[in-house]
Amino acid sequence: MRVSVIGAGVAGLVAATELAERGATVTVLERGASVGAEACSWFAGGMLAPWCERESAEEAVVVRGRLALDWWPRHFAGTVRAGTLVVAPARDAAELHRFARRTAHFTSLDQDGVAALEPDLAGRFRSGLFFAEEAHLDPRAALAALAAGLAARGVDLRLGVDADTTEVAADAIVDSRGFAAREQLKDLRGVRGEMVIVRSTEIHLTRPVRFLHPRIPLYIVPRSEGRFMIGATMIESDHRGPMTVRSALELLNAAYAVHPAFAEAEIVEFGANVRPAFPDNLPRVTRDGDILRLNGLYRHGFLLSPSLAQQAADILLPVEVTA
Amino acid sequence: MQLYDKTFESRLLLGTALYPSPAIMAEAARASRAEILTVSLRRESAAQRTGQDFWALIRETGATVLPNTAGCHSVKEAVTTAQMAREVFNTSWIKLEVIGEADTLQPDVFGLVEAARILSEDGFAVFPYTTDDLVVAERLVEAGCRVLMPWGAPIGSGRGLNNPYALRTMRAHFPDVPLIVDAGIGLPSHAAAAMELGYDAVLLNTAVAKAGDPVRMAQAFAKAIEAGRAAYEADPMEMRDMAAPSTPVLGKAFLA
Repeated sequence: MRVSVIGAGVAGLVAATELAERGATVTVLERGASVGAEACSWFAGGMLAPWCERESAEEAVVVRGRLALDWWPRHFAGTVRAGTLVVAPARDAAELHRFARRTAHFTSLDQDGVAALEPDLAGRFRSGLFFAEEAHLDPRAALAALAAGLAARGVDLRLGVDADTTEVAADAIVDSRGFAAREQLKDLRGVRGEMVIVRSTEIHLTRPVRFLHPRIPLYIVPRSEGRFMIGATMIESDHRGPMTVRSALELLNAAYAVHPAFAEAEIVEFGANVRPAFPDNLPRVTRDGDILRLNGLYRHGFLLSPSLAQQAADILLPVEVTA
Repeated sequence: MQLYDKTFESRLLLGTALYPSPAIMAEAARASRAEILTVSLRRESAAQRTGQDFWALIRETGATVLPNTAGCHSVKEAVTTAQMAREVFNTSWIKLEVIGEADTLQPDVFGLVEAARILSEDGFAVFPYTTDDLVVAERLVEAGCRVLMPWGAPIGSGRGLNNPYALRTMRAHFPDVPLIVDAGIGLPSHAAAAMELGYDAVLLNTAVAKAGDPVRMAQAFAKAIEAGRAAYEADPMEMRDMAAPSTPVLGKAFLA
């Protein structure tokens, strides 16, 4: 079966990988000049945190998200399984209680427990929650690894191709264009996200740290070479313009509250893009003749794309059950 | 209940922020039977005409939209946001917030009165988020406000009615102005208490949006507000210090 996948963001590359592994002849068409650069997954946090996400998402996110903890290590060697640490400032301890009530699969930590996990945070937080089974990855490196894996399988990945103006010859088309598919998916909306990447040699973190605050919840994800991704805003808007000063202040101020050393960090990048979301904030596969539309990954691109890809692959190439 | 030129059955005004998803927000709004939904407008969204999809979801509920100037810290910001909201939502109604202090989100009452005057003169129906200060309330009415919305407690704190005495005084002082407790409500019992004080309505958001099950919590609030209003209208008994037997003691064999 020949399948054309349109869009080389995380949804498209994971679907292409899954389909190629099941024996399809896959072509990937991407409008951008490089893999991921035009995708909102380029700006993702890259947290594989199904249990933490339960705080503000439905149970389906946990059930389908657990798959990602198995899928990513098999496809990207840089996946780090070091858990997630959740902390709150002393005056917002109620936020930590609330988070604990809504979630599962964690252990409660005291001040020493926090320090044992992240020595640089010693003495800064009196309590915390540790989600040991969660993982994280660098989205840009992960997308590159998927593209390389596809190339190794002989998958044709064509960059700079606008599928709207190109003849697509295939038995099936997987449309994973994210918010660009808005015309075809009427109930898709954009949720703007903004993030910052900083570099610091003064602070070291091993795992994503979520900082609970009633107004500005934020996470800091450690990446290679002293870089940290600080994210992310959630704004009901499909505007792609540059990050606002207000958002930058909020994110950086919260990072500073996690550790004052962030005040001395270098700003590497301010980024903004639009997440595609359906009204229930859950992704889905929509069938439209020969076209399968994979969309609505919202803030769960890396977490839920493996489950979404498997759904699509099950439709196109059901796994044969042998007696 | 009459608010400016409109009449409503429901005495609950519900905010649309912080829900797990717009779908759950819409379901909670239906369950609450609220006829007025507040929507915050970010200025950058209004300027670029983005965010339309989310607003369309709110309009689909059929409720009256009350845009707000949440997050504005100056008169100028609040007035600009109100004007943008009028264009975007095609309504002259505005919930006016001018925040004076970042930690408590306490209103800047001086800026509030000034912004209320500017907007009222410009034809807006202003719903001011204010403290329980009577003098400020007087100034807001003078500025053209026909509704007052004192806080119960700081926004998002869920502490309930911090100063019932001040709220009761305000009710007595403004018998003819619709009064809405806005902010600080955490539990249905808080909302019921506000209604028992004779308040016309309650405005809340976080208490429903951040509940584990927002839809059930919305139902709980609808019931509490209905109960509190009924209790107020039924003229509750007076509190007293001594016990008062509900059955007569005359003729019973008792020793004293």
